[in-house]
Amino acid sequence: MPRVVRSSLRKELFANPIDGLVSVLLISGVGAAGYGLIHWALTQAQWVVIQANSTLFAVGRYPIEQQWRLWLLVALVAAATGLSWGALRGLPQRDRPITAVWPRNDRIAAIVLVALCGWAPAALGLAWPIQARWWALTALLLVLRWLAGRYASRLRKVATLGLPLLWPLLYLVGMVLIGGGLGLVTVGANEWGGLLLTLIEASFAILLSAPLGVVLALGRRSSLPLLRWGSIAYIEFIRGAPLITLLFLGQNILGFLLPGGLAPDRIWRAAWILTFFSAAYLAEAVRAGLAAVPRGQLEAARSLGLNLPQALSRVVLPQALRIALPATVGQFISLLQDTTLLSLIGLLDLLGTARSVMANPLYLGKSAEVYLTLAVLFWCCCAALGLGSRALERRLNPPTLGP
Amino acid sequence: MPFLRKLLPKLSLASTLGLALLLASCASESGGLQSQKIDLIKGRGKLICGVEGKLPGFSFLGSDGAYSGLDVDICKAVAASLLGDPSKVEYRDLNSSERFAALASGEVDLLSRNTTETLTRDAAGGNGLSFAPTTFYDGQGVMVGAGSGVKSLKDLAGKPICVESGTTTELNLADRMRELKAPYTPLKFQTGDQTYAAYLQGRCLAVTSDRSQLAAKRTNFPDPAAHLLLGEVLSKEPLTPATTNADPVWSDAVRWSVYALMQAEELGITKANVAAKLALAKANPNQADLRRFLGVEGDFGKTLGLPADFVVKEIAAVGNYGEIFDRNVGPGSKLKLDRGLNRQWSQGGLIYSPPFR
Repeated sequence: MPRVVRSSLRKELFANPIDGLVSVLLISGVGAAGYGLIHWALTQAQWVVIQANSTLFAVGRYPIEQQWRLWLLVALVAAATGLSWGALRGLPQRDRPITAVWPRNDRIAAIVLVALCGWAPAALGLAWPIQARWWALTALLLVLRWLAGRYASRLRKVATLGLPLLWPLLYLVGMVLIGGGLGLVTVGANEWGGLLLTLIEASFAILLSAPLGVVLALGRRSSLPLLRWGSIAYIEFIRGAPLITLLFLGQNILGFLLPGGLAPDRIWRAAWILTFFSAAYLAEAVRAGLAAVPRGQLEAARSLGLNLPQALSRVVLPQALRIALPATVGQFISLLQDTTLLSLIGLLDLLGTARSVMANPLYLGKSAEVYLTLAVLFWCCCAALGLGSRALERRLNPPTLGP
Repeated sequence: MPFLRKLLPKLSLASTLGLALLLASCASESGGLQSQKIDLIKGRGKLICGVEGKLPGFSFLGSDGAYSGLDVDICKAVAASLLGDPSKVEYRDLNSSERFAALASGEVDLLSRNTTETLTRDAAGGNGLSFAPTTFYDGQGVMVGAGSGVKSLKDLAGKPICVESGTTTELNLADRMRELKAPYTPLKFQTGDQTYAAYLQGRCLAVTSDRSQLAAKRTNFPDPAAHLLLGEVLSKEPLTPATTNADPVWSDAVRWSVYALMQAEELGITKANVAAKLALAKANPNQADLRRFLGVEGDFGKTLGLPADFVVKEIAAVGNYGEIFDRNVGPGSKLKLDRGLNRQWSQGGLIYSPPFR
């Protein structure tokens, strides 16, 4: 052990006898728990419940003969990820020069990705063709990452124009691929399930609640009484009711209010309720951001001759949203986790699918394995959101402010 | 206000007349064997069936994404009898709070979701359901070790029994033991898991819960064969498929589709031999009962608003009641439940189909 590490360890953990005692107790406690978990996972757990039901966990009851569409979508997402990742590194930014196309963090990320895609499908005992597909997807992502990193600066115009369009376009293409239409066989929403349904519900709610939240926040600070009181009433009503109540309301009441098949499918009902719910909380996060921008900014913008929409969209909102970003992402993460409530209203989201699988007499009592897998999946999704938000924060902070 | 006083009787007369007219028109609509529900299902091409979705043996998702279980087979049977194809079912997982609303608002056509038939659920002033025949007579049971020598509840006098606290199960057990004048030591636990763990550790001689629940838990025990369910049943839980009572034609169609499964078992018609029986009935004009049951002659199907061969389609799809039971919760499944009350009436059980006449 190098001396630096040793001395810093001593300073942090064993500075005095009481520190040392606490450290020893904590480390042995955590160590015992960790050992127990690993021992259980490797020797006692029966992972066959995950292996046999991996498709169910991933996409629910999506028809097998149409699953190529989902593979295509995953391939497109991998390609878009590779392109955007490479372009972000390869394009010179306004505020910083290109340091390296492959900085150290990126190399680590690539190695982790390769290791994960090599190991996880094999460990899960997936069929060979499916394992091969995951390898191909990883290769596609990394090759495009390399190509984009290398050539983005030469195709600067295409890249700066195309990248912002890429993801919204991909989302629309993805919805068509999942749901059908435009010549594809329709796959009804009630056949979506598992992680697929969780991600659809969460992404739909995130994408729509963000603009709605901004509008509500502006409305709440507006000087027009009707707009202001309307926004306040909406926000306070939604925040005054637990999400599960609203979900039950949507499932049970809407069928009576809008008879004759006018009510949207219950999957979309739930998605809209998640959206409306999340918008109220987002509005408060954005309002905090708006309050943190000094009044002088708006007044200065107006006195320069900008009209109100221009002043808001070019001066106030960019600052307010940057300040509100951590709270906003926090809301998105809890929204992603709130989708598990859908299992209580009988939808087969990730948790709902898991509970249904655990009722299969073949896998009774395998709940620990299933819940642990779910926890890892959710952690991955939430960690990805968190990482993305931190990267965005770093990028948005003006160089004078940021570390 | 004399004016109002004069007007009121007239108003009430008019409204009564109007209501009567409305009722009459409703009655005439469904009276001529026109069922909006049946037309809707036929037009849609599939039956929407509400299931629990997370109950071992009754409804759950298999690894291939297909639903199975006893409740699910009832959905399949009804779809086969109305649409001729057991796969034309769309399943909706419903939780216990939304199941009746989903049925009443027409979101599901049929509720096959381990629902106990009770007065308030059946009554028009209650949930207004129309119950089909009971497909599983569940009830609170008691599980003991096979080597414990306990043969009946009376043998448990003075012995510790594990129960989940705060449940009706706990109260039922106390009531029954008081009736039997058999004092016992209840060991109460907060959760089901704790209860079964204590039982397995030998802290109590017996554990009590719904029989289907006990059987499901038993499949997880280290040695399932070493545990027995006592024959005594402490409560009545008739699990019954239901429709709304808004469309009697549809309710009757469901009711007799379920009875047909039971009648088929009584007549010895199985999934395997239904084709042979049909051929026999067609070739043999003397087999009048069989011919009518299988729709070769008579108009049972038409009377119900179903195709003439609905029984044949059903049995070919899911088998008779006995086969459904064995496959999902009986000896052919991991639950290994005894037929018990769910035997045919001729063998001392409660499964009894009225005559197909």
